[in-house]
Amino acid sequence: MSNQRIWHLVALLVVLSMIAGACAPAPTPTPAPPAAQPEPTKAPEQPKAPQEFIFGVVLVGPYNDHGWSEAHYMGAKYAEERIPGAKMIYVDNLNPGAKPGVTVPQVVDDLISKGAKIIFTTSDDFKDGTLEAAKKNPNVPLVNVSGDHAWKEGKDYQAPSNLSNFMGRMEYGKMIAGCAAALTTQTGKLGYLGPLINDETRRLAAAAYLGAKYCWTTYAKKDPADLKFKVTWIGFWFNIPGQTLDPTKVANDFYNSGYDVVLSGIDTTEALVEAGKLAKAGKKVWAVQYDYEEGCKEAPEVCLGVPYFNWGPAYLKALKLVQEGKWTQYWDWNGPDWKDLNNRDTSAVGFVKGAGLSKEAAANVDDFIKKLGDGSVNLFKGPLKFQDGSVYLKDGEVATDLQIWYLPQLLEGMEGPSKS
Amino acid sequence: MSRAADWGLRIAGIGAALLLVTLILAALGTSPAQAFRLIWDGAVGSPAKFAYVLTAWAPVLLCAAGLLLTFAAGLWNIGIEGQVVMGAIFVTGMLRLTQDVLPPAAALFLAALAGIVGGALWAALAGVLRLYGQVNEIFGGLGLNFIAGSLTVYLVLGPWKRAGIGSTSGTQPFPPKLWLPPILPGINVSLVEIVVGLAAIVLVCLALRGTYFGLRLKAIGKNLRSAFLLGVPTERHMLAAFALCGALAGLAGWVLVVGTSSRHQLFPLISGGYGFLGILVVLLANLNALWSIPISLFFAAISMGSLQLALQAQLDSSLGGVIQGLLVLAVLIVGGIRSRLAAASSERTARSR
Repeated sequence: MSNQRIWHLVALLVVLSMIAGACAPAPTPTPAPPAAQPEPTKAPEQPKAPQEFIFGVVLVGPYNDHGWSEAHYMGAKYAEERIPGAKMIYVDNLNPGAKPGVTVPQVVDDLISKGAKIIFTTSDDFKDGTLEAAKKNPNVPLVNVSGDHAWKEGKDYQAPSNLSNFMGRMEYGKMIAGCAAALTTQTGKLGYLGPLINDETRRLAAAAYLGAKYCWTTYAKKDPADLKFKVTWIGFWFNIPGQTLDPTKVANDFYNSGYDVVLSGIDTTEALVEAGKLAKAGKKVWAVQYDYEEGCKEAPEVCLGVPYFNWGPAYLKALKLVQEGKWTQYWDWNGPDWKDLNNRDTSAVGFVKGAGLSKEAAANVDDFIKKLGDGSVNLFKGPLKFQDGSVYLKDGEVATDLQIWYLPQLLEGMEGPSKS
Repeated sequence: MSRAADWGLRIAGIGAALLLVTLILAALGTSPAQAFRLIWDGAVGSPAKFAYVLTAWAPVLLCAAGLLLTFAAGLWNIGIEGQVVMGAIFVTGMLRLTQDVLPPAAALFLAALAGIVGGALWAALAGVLRLYGQVNEIFGGLGLNFIAGSLTVYLVLGPWKRAGIGSTSGTQPFPPKLWLPPILPGINVSLVEIVVGLAAIVLVCLALRGTYFGLRLKAIGKNLRSAFLLGVPTERHMLAAFALCGALAGLAGWVLVVGTSSRHQLFPLISGGYGFLGILVVLLANLNALWSIPISLFFAAISMGSLQLALQAQLDSSLGGVIQGLLVLAVLIVGGIRSRLAAASSERTARSR
């Protein structure tokens, strides 16, 4: 028995000592006192290097998800390249599936301890955690992307002054996506692979529907009653087994029940991947990707296009504000640059047409984009009704930002739950 | 088998596990030394970081304490994850009822009791299935884990959803008055969490060493049949082991909802694998209660420290789990080889007589 106890002691000591040993590799003696390594005080050949300016980014999914998180990663890279000395440090996959027990305030603390001067938390899922972190660290600017805590006119204004928000006006991208889908479908049935239900996802699904309905009636000259638009929500921004519906299965269910175009509203690429597989098997199906400029790459031949976020300029603005000492709280809802939708420096929201879109449909999509840009078409304009038949916008009434942002229900003509 | 060979085998086991980890790291193109250093710094690099290790330590301690009881009775309580979740569900339910009515301290205390009850009931169910339904506790536990997880998703999306939102992300976070206060500002772990965890494991240790209850549990674990024949009320004791383990797991659920650095809400996967981690701890400690204390701290440190792999070396932080798993596997394999060799040699000595 005591033999066993000795064994445990030795086993643990061995493990600990090996790890400790690994921590002190021979060449670099680790300084035991907290004081940093004594840098040579005279460093004459240093001046050309600009002062290092570290910023942190917290991603909800993997940085290379070909979707929402990768778009943020690229946006941060864009800003990093344009600010001398800027250096991004990031944490990806912060969600209970991948990093159980890790919270936003904890990650923010860690990024601050590594010298981050501003931190971007890039998910709606980080809203509460970012608010908590902002209150804990009143001197560190934080930006929660897609949130509204810093919107003074909004319904949930409660951010301390070090917390700001920005978001892109993806409604336009989604309208274009809906248009491309409606001009391609042969069955008249469009599926929308929705993430979870909240203000943002309701308004984006509704925008896709409005774009689809407009192009269906205007260009395809068909009866709006013949257009089916169904939303299925999986419960989170991407698949977490056991927690969400499986987006692969949802996409398959759509395709196997006559929905020949699926618009993705989630962070990842399942809809397009499934469409690619089914098309290879001879099925006539398509998908519209979301979030990331190069999102079509997974299955280009069935991709009708991708409405994407170009986050770079928004990151750049925030970094400059901090670097120049001009930080004040703000809430930005950045629109597309209609003169050049895919301009990296000016357009917060873009649309890249996919190889699956026919020439004729593409021409109509271009025309639709032009009309959106010159203001001759505004789809958030009455008469519009909610799903339950009540009035959203009276005849001729144009929705305000508040009415669009906080869309309380899906619209009449859409199928699928408005709340959980 | 000579003592020297015995020791050699044991050290070789741990060495093999570490070698495997090193190879994996090398295959990923990272210097293993750097990776281990990152884990180390990530765990104990600053008081704030160590506070997060302690935050993870508390639920692992509670789970390990409970599992010591079930393992002593020879039971594999795989359902512990579900018991943590059920504890968290009961805690959340109680706090929702009491948060606006009672002073925070009273609400928190009642919530802890609720968590204990929730975990104990869920564990007792696994015990009942085992004793009266002939369902092995491993399969029963897995099933009950799944049900507890689904129940969370249902509650978060259904009755307890946030206004206007349909997200599995979680329930409305509780206000700061219902968070356990930090030891010191900036050290985001509460003394309550640590004391509860340590008290649990010390009490379990005393119970196993110095009470008839513990003795009987161990008798059941060594040989169920003879314990029964010797007059130990085996069913009652096994159920008690389940229920007590579930109670401690439920208390871990309480810590995960109200802890200083928790998310302060109920969300799916709230158990965070701490229950399974507790199983690894107890196995590595070879069912020794006191050894479970440093080992669980060590595992909590690996869990939190390995976050730095993702942050600084762009490696997947789940490598921490790989390291923990390999260590336990190595120890179990060595244990297996040892008992096999021992059996062979005792057979030889028996024959030569």
